[in-house]
Parts: sequence; C-alpha cells; structure tokens
Amino acid sequence: MSFMSLYSYIIRRLSYIIPILVGVCLLIFFIFNIVAGDPTIILLGKHANPRQMAELRHELGLDRHWFIQYLDILKSAFTFDFGRSWATKQHIAPMLKLGTWVSLTLVIPAFVVTSILAISTALLAAFFRGRLIDKGLVVLTVIMMSISILVYILFGQWIFAYKLGWFEIAGYEYGFPDFIPYIILPAMILVLVNLGSDVRFYRTVFLDEMYQDYVRTARAKGLSERAVLFKHVLKNAMAPIITNLVIQIPAWLLGTLLVESFFGIPGLGGITLNAINNSDFPVIKAITILSAVSYVIFSVITDVLYTLVDPRIKLS
Amino acid sequence: MNQASVQSIWIQAFLSLLKSKLTLASLVIVVSYSLLALLAHAGIIASNWNLDIGASYEPPSAIHWFGTDIFGRSVVTKIIKSTEVAMYVGFIVSIIAISIGVLLGAIAGYFGGIVDELIVWFYSTLAAIPNIMLLISLTFILGKGILAVYVALGMTNWIELCRLIRGEVIRHKDKEYIQAATALGASHWRKLVKHILPNIMHIVIIQFSAIFQIAIKSEVILSYLGLGVQNSPSWGIMINDARVELMRGVWWQLVFASIAMFLIVLAFNNLSDSLRDALDPKLRGK
Repeated sequence: MSFMSLYSYIIRRLSYIIPILVGVCLLIFFIFNIVAGDPTIILLGKHANPRQMAELRHELGLDRHWFIQYLDILKSAFTFDFGRSWATKQHIAPMLKLGTWVSLTLVIPAFVVTSILAISTALLAAFFRGRLIDKGLVVLTVIMMSISILVYILFGQWIFAYKLGWFEIAGYEYGFPDFIPYIILPAMILVLVNLGSDVRFYRTVFLDEMYQDYVRTARAKGLSERAVLFKHVLKNAMAPIITNLVIQIPAWLLGTLLVESFFGIPGLGGITLNAINNSDFPVIKAITILSAVSYVIFSVITDVLYTLVDPRIKLS
Repeated sequence: MNQASVQSIWIQAFLSLLKSKLTLASLVIVVSYSLLALLAHAGIIASNWNLDIGASYEPPSAIHWFGTDIFGRSVVTKIIKSTEVAMYVGFIVSIIAISIGVLLGAIAGYFGGIVDELIVWFYSTLAAIPNIMLLISLTFILGKGILAVYVALGMTNWIELCRLIRGEVIRHKDKEYIQAATALGASHWRKLVKHILPNIMHIVIIQFSAIFQIAIKSEVILSYLGLGVQNSPSWGIMINDARVELMRGVWWQLVFASIAMFLIVLAFNNLSDSLRDALDPKLRGK
C-alpha cells in the first residue's frame, strides 16, 4: 500500500464524518432549540414577566433566525466554542477539558486492566474450548453481564470502602499521585462491569479464527496447540482486537457517568449529571457534540488501523 | 418450501431449545415473571403495595419475607409490582425497537439508492450520540414517566437490528427464489413480507430477547437518574433507595431487588444465546 493511497483514504474517510456531524447537530438543535420547553422559563422560573423573558431570549441569542442558531451549534462542533454554562456561568470548553482529564485518570487504568484481563481470559477459554473451563467461563461472563452496574457500585462501595475501609468512600484530589487512592475502587468496579462482555467478544474472535483453514494447516504440520494459538491465531485476531479496543474508547468516557456520580469524581460524568439536574442545556449540548465528534473520529482511526493491520482489506 | 417443512424447522429449533436444562430454566423464569406481571397488572396481586404492613425497616422475617421499607411497606409486594413495570418496559420497548428496526432495515436494504443512504445516515447519526445522552435528551422532550421510558428506550435500541436486517435483506434480495417471485409477478411488498422476512425472522427473535434485557437494565439506570417511572415502585428506585439505606445496615431492598432483576436479565441473556445457537446454524457450537 502506497503512502499516497493511505493518505487519500484517510481524507476520504474523514469526509464521511461531515454528514454525520451535520445530522448530530440537527438532532441536538431539534431537541433543545425546538421541542424542549422555553429555556427562559427554566432559568427565570414560572413568575418571570414577559420583558425579562424577552431580554433573556435576546441575551441567549434565541431571538435570531433558526438557521443562524443551527449554524451556531454546527460551528461549535468544529471550534469547540460552546459558550457559557447557564448554571455556573463558566466557559464550557475549559470546564469539559478539566473534566476529561479527571475522567481519563479513572478510565485509562480501568481500560488497560480490563483489556489485558479480557484478552488473556478469552485466550484461556479458546485454548480449552468446549471443555469445563471454557463452559464455566462462558457461564461466568453471562452472569457478570446480567448484574446491574448499580449493584456493582453499591455493593463495592459498601463492602470495600464502608465496611472494610480499604478505600476512600468518595471524593477526588487533583494531581498525580494524589488521585490514586480515590480511583482504585471505582476503576476496579469499571473493570468488573466491562469484563464479561469483553471476554465474550474476544472469545468469539479467537474461535472464529480457530475454524479457519490456516489453523488446520498449522495443526496438520504438527504444531502444538499452544503454538497454533499464540503464533497464528493471536496474530490473525489482532485486527478485530485492535478495532474493538479503539472503538470502545469514546464509550468508556461516558460509561463512567454512574461510577463518577457515586464516587463524587468531578469528571465528565459528574459534569453531565450536574447539567441534567440543572437543565443546563449548553453543557448537555456540548457533551453530546463532543462525544459524537470523538465517536466519529475514533471510528475513522479504527478503520485506518484496520487497513494497516490487515493488508487483505482494500482501501475502498 | 411448503408450509409444513417451514413449521417443522421452527418446531425443531424449539425442541432443541428445550433439551438444555439451562435454557429450560430460563424459559421457566421468563414465563413466571410474565405471569407475575400480568397478574399484578390485572390488580389480582400486589395492588396493595402502597399499604403499611409493619414498622419502618423491619428486617426479613417469617411474616415479612423480604422485610419492609422506610414506610413499613412490604418489600415482597413492591418487588412483584416492580416486576410488572420491568416486564412491560422490556416488552413494549422491544416491540417499538423491532418495529422501527425491521421497517427501516427492510426498506433500506430492499430499495437501496437514496432511501438506503438516508436511512443509513439517520442511524449512523443516532449511533454517534451515546445512548445515555440520547435518553436524557428524549426525556427532556417527553417529560418524566413511563411513556417517556418506553419511547426513549425504544428509540435508542433499534439501530443494531436495523443494521442486521438491512444486511440480510441485501443478501437475500437477488437470490434465485426472489427472482422467481419477480418472474411470477410478485409485488415488492409481497416479496419483502412473504418471501424475505420469513427467512430472516430468526434475527428478530434473537434481538427481541437481547433488547428485552437491555431495556430492563436501562430502566433501572433511568430510575436512578430520576427520569424513570413515577408513582410506582421499580427495581431501579428500590436499588437507588439503598444508597442511604446501606449505611444504616438496611440491605434487604437492595439485595432482593438486585436478585429479582438479575434473574430475569440472566434468563434473557441465556435465552438469546440459546436462540442464536438453535436458529442460526452458522454459529452453532461456538
């Protein structure tokens, strides 16, 4: 694959994200600027007089033509200038930036541990496929997936922080390494919540590979099961594994919403919940746009990586 | 393919489901939860869930099996009443999601062209927004309450099915049996509904089971966010109550509501696996 064709592929793939962002902004505009109730009533209360309301509408720019308002939202998807929060009057962009860093201190360790554990457990299951260990692991993953995230959080917090006192019950401190004691328990809970579905996914990936012809060939030439698994299957399964890892990243950032709220961690999740409770539309819009932007960007990265890892995939 | 052999495939699949004890147990759980939900809905059981039957926070005993809550209401009765909420949410959400997913997926796959591009654009857009933000936004529009829960969860869970149906319809629409139907003068509608859809019905059934449990799990989270069911008990509200209760040593609402929810979600999870094995021969044994 030449460098130029990869380059033009990336450009072409990037151009696909524009209609998606246009759609996302259209949806956000429709929900918050058209259908949702008059924000001046939310902000001023039911007893506001019409003059105050009109002034506020002007201040918020809600008296402009609808198309200008839509363009404002679309523009913010590219400039990340989301204006100010209604609740705290802070600029939204720096607020979310700080929140993202906080969330990352929790998400990165949890994500890394989950992925390593899940891939090695799945390899184990694939190695012993159809036998007791494999069957047991499959049942265990279904059980883990069937437990509500709230149950993990509540029991985890109650037993390990409250009863045993091993970890902080809630709270957060900025800066390395001060945050570490606060994120251990929440990160462990995130690992448990995500492990089940991940193990299942990777197990299917490995098993899919194991029924391929090249595996039969490898066995036929006398390779041990271990060599087949680690030398051939693992290498070929790399494409779906990497794809799955990258595509998960944006989902992880908001997946911590509940955990953050229970443990009082001031990350993106905490900001989102506050915004919901305060009907803080600009913040909710900003988080929705940001997560959509990160989703489309990471899906492009996934596609590009896929073509790099697996030369069979044609750039079309 | 005549009618009898079509039926026998379904019957075969059903019989193979019953062979596994785990699947059988899951079916029993689903049927008993549905019965509880229907009886509670008809007002035959658990209609008195709002009644004080004892002191506040009585632990489980011979009289109050699962204990009482802060107002002295029976936790057993509340859990049964919540079963009604959960099963209705699961069922109605699955129906909404399947209707949208099958309709749009079939249209996009069958007609292709600009219609296909529009539908793909629409679901790609929705897929780019995290579910939780969509749910929150939709409840802003619809207000709080059970109706908002139905619509919001229905609107967020059809995308996967739509993708699958679209792909399968594309795969089927140029096959010989459809060409034969075209030659016989069958209309688009007839080809889609009479010929293609029965061949991809298994996907709908598998997804039904999957969406059902996702809906139950999401309802609990929405209730925790205060966006869920109002004026009726729900497992989510009971689990949410436990946040304050646990510190006072009151564990029974949380434990029993969690178990009630866990069992039905586990049953549906297991059922969708078994259905996949029974109905999708390509994946058998994996």
